[in-house]
Amino acid sequence: MKKTIITVLGKDRVGIIAAICNYLADNNVNILDLNQSIVDGYFNMIMIVDATQASVPFGELSDGIAQLGEQLGMQIKMQQDDIFEAMHRI
Amino acid sequence: MINYYEINETNKMIEHDNLDVRTITLGISLLDCIDGDLAVINQKIYDKITRVAKDLVPVGCELEKEFGIPIVNKRISVTPIALVGGAACREPADFVTIAKTLDAAAKEIGVNFVGGYSAIVSKGMTAADEMLIRSIPQAMAETDMVCSSINVGSTKTGLNMDAIRLIGDIVKEAAYLTREHDSIGCAKFVAICNAPDDNPFMAGAFHGVSEADAVINVGVSGPGVVKSAIEQIRGESFEVLCETIKRTAFKVTRVGQLVAREASQRLGIPFGIVDLSLAPTPAIGDSVSDILEGMGLERTGAPGTTAALALLNDQVKKGGVMASSYVGGLSGAFIPVSEDAGMIRAAECGALTIEKLEAMTCVCSVGLDMIAIPGDTPATTIAGIIADEAAIGMVNQKTTAVRVIPVYGKSIGDSINYGGLLGHAPVIPVSQYGCSEFVSRGGRIPAPIHSFKN
Repeated sequence: MKKTIITVLGKDRVGIIAAICNYLADNNVNILDLNQSIVDGYFNMIMIVDATQASVPFGELSDGIAQLGEQLGMQIKMQQDDIFEAMHRI
Repeated sequence: MINYYEINETNKMIEHDNLDVRTITLGISLLDCIDGDLAVINQKIYDKITRVAKDLVPVGCELEKEFGIPIVNKRISVTPIALVGGAACREPADFVTIAKTLDAAAKEIGVNFVGGYSAIVSKGMTAADEMLIRSIPQAMAETDMVCSSINVGSTKTGLNMDAIRLIGDIVKEAAYLTREHDSIGCAKFVAICNAPDDNPFMAGAFHGVSEADAVINVGVSGPGVVKSAIEQIRGESFEVLCETIKRTAFKVTRVGQLVAREASQRLGIPFGIVDLSLAPTPAIGDSVSDILEGMGLERTGAPGTTAALALLNDQVKKGGVMASSYVGGLSGAFIPVSEDAGMIRAAECGALTIEKLEAMTCVCSVGLDMIAIPGDTPATTIAGIIADEAAIGMVNQKTTAVRVIPVYGKSIGDSINYGGLLGHAPVIPVSQYGCSEFVSRGGRIPAPIHSFKN
């Protein structure tokens, strides 16, 4: 299955995970794994999701989540996992 | 399964160390556009480029979004125009119309450069080759996106000194015709020895006759990533240094390979090669010079610079070749002056001279690149500089090139500023001693003895 990686970074506040999860659910994206930590007040999260059944094309989904990031004051990036596989696996 | 450390490492390279894919270059053969009628040939060229490359920019942007990595340039390279236009062009101005067609097609599909306004004259010039060369100054002055290259020699053929002497004049004329813009015409022209058929980088890109109808070539980059990696190992031995560069080059090249494969699939055009070159930009931290200084040089140009560059170039190749099945193009570190913040700094403080740059080109790709020289430099001296550089390529069986800018009306102490990827540079001195009698002898310099391998 093609996986998608979402990375989230920024100052911690209430409702970050809720907003992102709602956005993903609204677009029919399934969350497979999630790792989150807070260091010195900074929120850091990496999600692995399945966006193959998403209701909108990848580019639109990616623009939408980046916009959501701006609203939340966070940096949110969405990438196909191929780039990580290519770089770190032989 | 990818772990979180690896995800963070990749994204740090992209966000902090300027990792990007420098260019996806779509090579297009124009041999099937040849016609005896100039209007017909122009129409055929425009139609073919806009048809074959219509999805290049959208697919490039799509890949940027999906992988989250910038693909800085989307470009086109075409069959050397001297071959394509020979049957239709009667005078240099006829070739200029083809340059304008290339420019219009490039603007239509949204790429930022089109390469291949070129001629391969390593042994001799046909009438069409010579006409194209004579048309270069006007073509560079009247177009925005067209890049031109002339292959003036090779290890197998020797050096075409007639062409080299002529190019001395052409470079001066191009500088004059674009004098209002710091002689920018010269920044889009390069004289090459041993030019590869599949180079994706400008200004020397063209689609060689050995290539298929269309092909995708990708140029990776990543000086910032290498610099950042070697900052972590200050004071360690050469063995550790080499290992670090190799590992980094491997990772960078794998990204290029991924993008090349995906672009090829989505465009339905065969994948050609990944070019492993370390290509700097004027952005802070994206500098080959900074890598050399990070290895322990006080300034690039200091004694030890050539050795450091040789090591860097070799390790980048050793790391990169395992990451891609097809490596080609130029594949080496670039050392352009105006396009590299560290090189600019070294040239400004006098640490880096044109003579030291020439020595550096013996151990890396590509050559004397984007160097501003005084506007009153004689054409014969420019021809001499090209001959020297081409001789290095010829004897060492490697690509070398010259892209110097004799900035009209400017002299030592002045500077040029093009902005963007072309950057800025101080005007640096060249030797005041002439070589007019030597370069004007006429004829060829024969191929070196070690080229006779049969």
